[in-house]
Amino acid sequence: MSTPVWAALDAAAAPAVAGIARRAQRGFDPARVPLLGVMGAFVFAAQLINFPVGVGTSGHLVGGALLSMTLGPAAASVAMTAILAIQALVFQDGGVLALGANVINMAILGVWAGYLPFALWGNTRRRKLAIFAGGALSVAVSAVLALSELLLSGVRVPAGALVISLVLFLASALLEGAITLAVLQGLERIQPRLVRQPRAGWSPALGLLAIAAVLLASVGVLFASQAPDGIERLTRQAAAVPGVWLDQAGAGLAGLALVYGACLLFGRLARRRSA
Amino acid sequence: MRHVVLDRWSRGLSAVHRRDPRAKIVALLVFLVVLATAHQALPFLALALLLMLSAALWWARLPVMGALARAAIVLPFTAVFAVVSWISGDPQRGLALVIKAYLSALAVLLVVATTPLPSLLGALETAGVPRFLLEVIQFLYRYLFVISEEAHHMTQAAASRGASGPAWSRLRFRAAAGALAVLFIRSYERAQNIHRAMLARGFQGSFGPFESPGLRPADAAFALAGALLPVALRLVVEGAVR
Amino acid sequence: MTPLIEARGLKFCYEDGTNALNGVDFHLDSGETVALLGPNGSGKTTFVLHLNGLLAGDGFLRICGMPLKPENFPAIRRKLGIVFQDSDNQLFMPTVLEDVAFGLLNRGIDRELALARARKALETVALAGAASRAPYHLSAGEKKRAAIAGIIVTEPEILILDEPTANLDPPGQSSLAQLIAHLPQAKIIVTHDIPFARALCRRAVFFQNGRVSEEGTLDEVVSRCRWDATFEQSKLPG
Repeated sequence: MSTPVWAALDAAAAPAVAGIARRAQRGFDPARVPLLGVMGAFVFAAQLINFPVGVGTSGHLVGGALLSMTLGPAAASVAMTAILAIQALVFQDGGVLALGANVINMAILGVWAGYLPFALWGNTRRRKLAIFAGGALSVAVSAVLALSELLLSGVRVPAGALVISLVLFLASALLEGAITLAVLQGLERIQPRLVRQPRAGWSPALGLLAIAAVLLASVGVLFASQAPDGIERLTRQAAAVPGVWLDQAGAGLAGLALVYGACLLFGRLARRRSA
Repeated sequence: MRHVVLDRWSRGLSAVHRRDPRAKIVALLVFLVVLATAHQALPFLALALLLMLSAALWWARLPVMGALARAAIVLPFTAVFAVVSWISGDPQRGLALVIKAYLSALAVLLVVATTPLPSLLGALETAGVPRFLLEVIQFLYRYLFVISEEAHHMTQAAASRGASGPAWSRLRFRAAAGALAVLFIRSYERAQNIHRAMLARGFQGSFGPFESPGLRPADAAFALAGALLPVALRLVVEGAVR
Repeated sequence: MTPLIEARGLKFCYEDGTNALNGVDFHLDSGETVALLGPNGSGKTTFVLHLNGLLAGDGFLRICGMPLKPENFPAIRRKLGIVFQDSDNQLFMPTVLEDVAFGLLNRGIDRELALARARKALETVALAGAASRAPYHLSAGEKKRAAIAGIIVTEPEILILDEPTANLDPPGQSSLAQLIAHLPQAKIIVTHDIPFARALCRRAVFFQNGRVSEEGTLDEVVSRCRWDATFEQSKLPG
């Protein structure tokens, strides 16, 4: 059927999280624990504040980009991981098995993708655009990756649903960009020291290339995952998967785990649609 | 608030509560794998596993109906998938996903509702999760309610000034952003004050070890029974169907 | 006898340039309970944060004879305990007992001994039953008492309480006054609550614009600074 995607993601997530946590720990001392914990609680509480976007809908902050621009991307990754863990354990929101996938999508790749435009252009005239792009990119990348992982695991999604999903992702991404920008501007008015100073901008060409690379990678995964048979053949050859049982185990686990991951994602989007 | 209920449940004193969290996690993982990899006679297996979990909930002296209801939180979203699968011509898969999602949530709920968070985090530490991350999770949990209350007060204050309702308004958007900025700063300053209190009380760089009681025979027995039971149930159900 | 706290000409400026302390002279003798009064923003809390090295200003400052140098901080923080205004910021451990024991555990005291002493401290503040509860389940009054337990458990010589009656209802305030009156430490109480101060303090010090502008007995300071919130019915509109 399909590859044990979730297992691979969980396995990859473990050292990735450990790496990030170690890096955050080296950069800051344990005295930073309260800051990350409290700001994680802030992101949770921020879900209670509604941003009106139109008739019958309102949305809320996801937070990865905002945290990265104020606490730094490594700290933001740790805080977002803690948020995902609490969501899974305490609120049964997004399953425990999918934690690895969610951490990679949202806490690691989403946060760093969101930080990228800010790091590149946060010091230039295009600052506001950079902040907006960061917010949008963080959500877009997380969402596209989650969808890709879903498709990779063999869950068949009809083309119509796929298009609707992508449109939803785009809307959420734009909203996150707008909220991130508005909140950051609010912060700068009251307490400018809270916003990080990115290092002097790289050349715009290099920056655009980096962003293009991120976008292509995400979209590329999406399209590649549309052809699960091809991937399957490749991985079978690569991993020499023994026997039928492992396949079925992989399929079942992958399917279940990714349902959870996607539930978390769509849950967030669905909450945005509720007034 | 929901997590207050869960916190209360987790501080119970039943036999299940008293088991080492590592034993519970082992049993949980086996349960999840058995469930996830099942594809034959799923409705019967699901019923058997549901009864097993309900019995465990009862043994843990938790409100069974309350727990069953709480695990149903996952249903609305998995229902979307059921529909999508049905549309793409595979209704069985959709149903299977819903069943598995619900039972997994219930199993996780059972473990979380019988283990106070610090103990759970302690078990995760022995499994190799970085301590820094676990301490952040613990702090997040501790201040979740406090910050949410502040946010709630802010929305209440705004609502009483006529800011409720979802109608599009640039003003409202900026007001919400302003509220978030204020909440951010208050949270940040709170974190600074916590840090000061820590230093004032002689903080040396660690918050102390997570509780980790030693493993007792009862824990091993629990882990074994908890792991074997779902496997046995599945073998029986699949055997009966064949 | 050397005063427990001795400050002369203490000055401090925040990063953004605002002058917070403009030459504070202050002393605290053994066994005293002093009230720190003054308008908001006059530097009372800023001053308190200097006493255990959380902030560093210029001027003469000695705690139990020790100057405020980083190598002295551990010893100073053992002798001087601060109960902060917001108890939530002080009760950061998962259970009340662990939080009260925090100060002891950080000093390397054996865990069992630390927990036993923490339990005793909770008895002193009449919170013995709350040991295994999570802090956010406590009422405001209980949180304040738990915070105090966490400070007195390390047996400091000086106790500073920053606005202890904030958010407490009247019964909470009077039981808190009772508790504090029985503690043996020399105390500084930062407060706006004059009746509360009257129950506990004889001497008072009035802060204004980052300096001590008045000093004397509590009644003297209150009347000289007209710092009593009495509402004469006839003078109110309507």
